[in-house]
Amino acid sequence: MATITSVKDLEALTLTVTAEFEGTTVERLWQLWADREQLQRWWGPPGWPATFTRHDFRVPGTSIYFMQGPEGDRAYGWWHFLEAVEPSRLRIEDGFGDAEGNVDPQMPPPGEMIVDFEPTGSGARFSIRSQFTSLEQLQKMIEMGQEEGMTQALGQIDAILAEDAPAA
Amino acid sequence: MVVRSELSDTQVDAIFHALADATRRDIVARVIEREQSVSEVAGHYAMSFAAVQKHVAVLERASLVSKERRGREQIVHARPQTIARARQLLDGYEQLWRGRIDRMQSILDEGIR
Repeated sequence: MATITSVKDLEALTLTVTAEFEGTTVERLWQLWADREQLQRWWGPPGWPATFTRHDFRVPGTSIYFMQGPEGDRAYGWWHFLEAVEPSRLRIEDGFGDAEGNVDPQMPPPGEMIVDFEPTGSGARFSIRSQFTSLEQLQKMIEMGQEEGMTQALGQIDAILAEDAPAA
Repeated sequence: MVVRSELSDTQVDAIFHALADATRRDIVARVIEREQSVSEVAGHYAMSFAAVQKHVAVLERASLVSKERRGREQIVHARPQTIARARQLLDGYEQLWRGRIDRMQSILDEGIR
């Protein structure tokens, strides 16, 4: 299992999550982001799968995705790539919008995430620093499918754990 | 799709502001354990009684604690529901990433097998 640590800064409104994976490389972790098919499998929570209708993984590039809820309702988001230094660093502006990637002025302003990839002695890790522009935005990010997905997520994590046990 | 929070943005701002200070977080921790008077709370810190009173007032505005007059004492209580909601908001985004990382791990595991 990945080792996860996190640091929250309430005043600066940042969250840094670091994940260390055994037996892998930074190049492999980079693929989880660069490859649309793989990205779609982990971005959305259970019950809210993510579909990337556009994934222009370069600077300057744009990705557009939607997350579809159990009732068929869709929430659209977009990414603008500000930095993409393979396989060490990503800086992405992320916001809410519509199917064409237009910024929704009714929604909170976009935030930014910085992903740093690093090799370790036995594998590789990345850290994601999310900078929120406002509490409203933070709350919105959480609300996007998060709460409804939670209960199912717990069940799914257990299932993955059980599945991984013999392979480890 | 959007789950409405029980708190307004103004309230959420007040909570974050209140909990951004180490002394105030410490006060919350103490009164969660056991309700106590303002003077008792003040006894734990090297600062003036007035300064502690100010901290309590900030916590009260954020609905994290409430005050009740009992004789000559002002008793400070924790308001667990608000505290729980604040923590939930903070932890929510972290949980979102923990879920994503778990899903990444299972994708990586497929390649190994």
